[in-house]
Amino acid sequence: MSIYLNKDSKVIVQGITGSEGTKHTALMLKAGTQVVGGVNARKAGTTVTHDDVTLPVYGTVEEAMKETGADVSIVFVPPAFTKDAVVEAIEAGIGLVVVITEGVPVQDSAEFWALAQSKVDADGQQVTRIIGPNCPGIITPGESLVGITPANITGKGGVGLVSKSGTLTYQMMFELRDLGFSTAIGIGGDPIIGTTHIDALAAFEADPETKAIVMIGEIGGDAEERAAEFIKANVTKPVVGYVAGFTAPEGKTMGHAGAIVSGSAGTAQAKKEALEAAGVKVGKTPSETADLLREVYTSL
Amino acid sequence: MDLFEYQARDLFEAHGVPVLAGIVAHTPEEAKAAAEKIGGVVVVKAQVKVGGRGKAGGVKVAKTADEAYSHASDILGMDIKGHTVQRVMIAQGADIAEEYYFSVLLDRSNRKYLAMCSVEGGVEIEQLAVERPDALARVSIDAGTGIDRAKAEEIVDTAGFAPDVRDGVIHTILTLWEVFEKEDATLVEVNPLVKTGSGEILALDGKVTIDENADFRQPGHAELEDKDAADPLEAKAKENDLNYVKLDGEVGIIGNGAGLVMSTLDVVAYAGEAHGGVRPANFLDIGGGASAEVMTAGLDVILNDSQVKSVFVNVFGGITACDAVATGIVRALEMLGDEANKPLVVRLDGNKVKEGRRILADANHPLVTLADTMDEGADKAAALAYGK
Repeated sequence: MSIYLNKDSKVIVQGITGSEGTKHTALMLKAGTQVVGGVNARKAGTTVTHDDVTLPVYGTVEEAMKETGADVSIVFVPPAFTKDAVVEAIEAGIGLVVVITEGVPVQDSAEFWALAQSKVDADGQQVTRIIGPNCPGIITPGESLVGITPANITGKGGVGLVSKSGTLTYQMMFELRDLGFSTAIGIGGDPIIGTTHIDALAAFEADPETKAIVMIGEIGGDAEERAAEFIKANVTKPVVGYVAGFTAPEGKTMGHAGAIVSGSAGTAQAKKEALEAAGVKVGKTPSETADLLREVYTSL
Repeated sequence: MDLFEYQARDLFEAHGVPVLAGIVAHTPEEAKAAAEKIGGVVVVKAQVKVGGRGKAGGVKVAKTADEAYSHASDILGMDIKGHTVQRVMIAQGADIAEEYYFSVLLDRSNRKYLAMCSVEGGVEIEQLAVERPDALARVSIDAGTGIDRAKAEEIVDTAGFAPDVRDGVIHTILTLWEVFEKEDATLVEVNPLVKTGSGEILALDGKVTIDENADFRQPGHAELEDKDAADPLEAKAKENDLNYVKLDGEVGIIGNGAGLVMSTLDVVAYAGEAHGGVRPANFLDIGGGASAEVMTAGLDVILNDSQVKSVFVNVFGGITACDAVATGIVRALEMLGDEANKPLVVRLDGNKVKEGRRILADANHPLVTLADTMDEGADKAAALAYGK
């Protein structure tokens, strides 16, 4: 088991002919992902080839889904076209869209999120899950990679990881390479994101393969504080946390558009305290966090 | 990016928000000329991106152009909470009968927008929100539909405006929504929104924050940037498209990925506790493709920071290969020549780490030390910074 993504997931790439799309399609195929095609309206009807795999390029997401049975899309288009690409995926009713693109205007993210929320199935469940934007995507080691995370850091295991940051995801997977991961998901550091810490925590709690969870946060917003409340009320599996940005000054954006401290809200200290109050052990450094997780994991 | 009040006023005017005349002035002479042009009573207002300027003496009423000159002389150059006043706005005087409050902003917790409105403006709105939350109407705004006429009516009626101003406030809110939407803002705030003696509604003071991610479709926003305020090193970094923030410390930091770099700053600060309290000198994220050019530009900025005593390069090779990073470091040191004069501690892990470490070992540059882990690298860099 895993969350959101497994070996049966059929993936299309929006922007498959661009430079990023080309590079990462090759890497995803190498990681074992079932990439079944791509979308580019101007190159519909052509194909792209990676080693012995030839993939069709479709004009629309809807057509790609119909022809290939795809249930996951990954978006590599530039910021100016990202909203249209995500809207198209939502309108086509795809189950999961992973938005890698960095630098998407926040009003665009707010708009496609509003649209995604409005599309529900007969049971009232949102049809399309969005991961990102501005994220490294998701990996279920040994099964499928939909994103830009290096697939060879570590393999399958019982740790679930949810993180705002890409490189910290890699760092933590590397630190815990002896244990391996059920799924590692980078949710992105933008002010508006599709999948939150809470969503991933709930999914890991429900996933029998996940034994323990690492949650990585960073300054800005109140997502970690709200995740702490959620953990207290709903998560029975051990959770270990890490928060980056203790030394970040107020009012300065630290790379991620969301990583900005305004007043006393959203500081690393406030997040750490909230998590600790919920019974989450919080490491001072990535290596200490890994040690804490290993400790709880081996005592399970 | 936060805008100055005069920039917000200009955007308001461009989108049909009712405002009074306002002219920015950089010298007392310009202030006098502006006051003459506007005529009558004017207000000389310090332009700083920080609250509390009124209490600090940064806002003064002038009955004549000469008085505007003298107030501007006092206010220009004044320090308000660490911000030096470099310009004032000469604003037409208003005959205020009542003061209200309105804002619309990104509500990241709920992933939509939020409008806030009160018939009690002109005060510390945070205080009002805490002490009498009922006096501040909060209306959630769907990002798909925004503020249309019906939503503006809902806001105004929730806030409890009197019938005589209702239409005027609704109209003003619709124009302010246009500013928010068309300018890719994340905040548009008016405090106070006023009713004049003659019953007119005016936006008297505005705050606007714009989303820099939208710069590609907002060509006019480039000139709103306050180039005077940027730290010279930050300005240089920006020219090279580097994601750099200057901090007050001794250990220069270069890394890839915002989260890892933030974490590196923290780890260096902890390590510094054992080495005379040295601190990280900057945030610098070289991003995914750490080419030799990017590494050179980054090192160039950091080595030009006279506070920096040592540099810690912390890279986890994901898509970026460590051999490319190592080559980048070696070539950067060659290109910088004698300018490279501070010790570098380099930690590489991940993709092609063996090749990367070998390149650095083979180059055997006297300034470069290798570290096996992030913690060890932070400790070495802090020790080197303290030792010097």
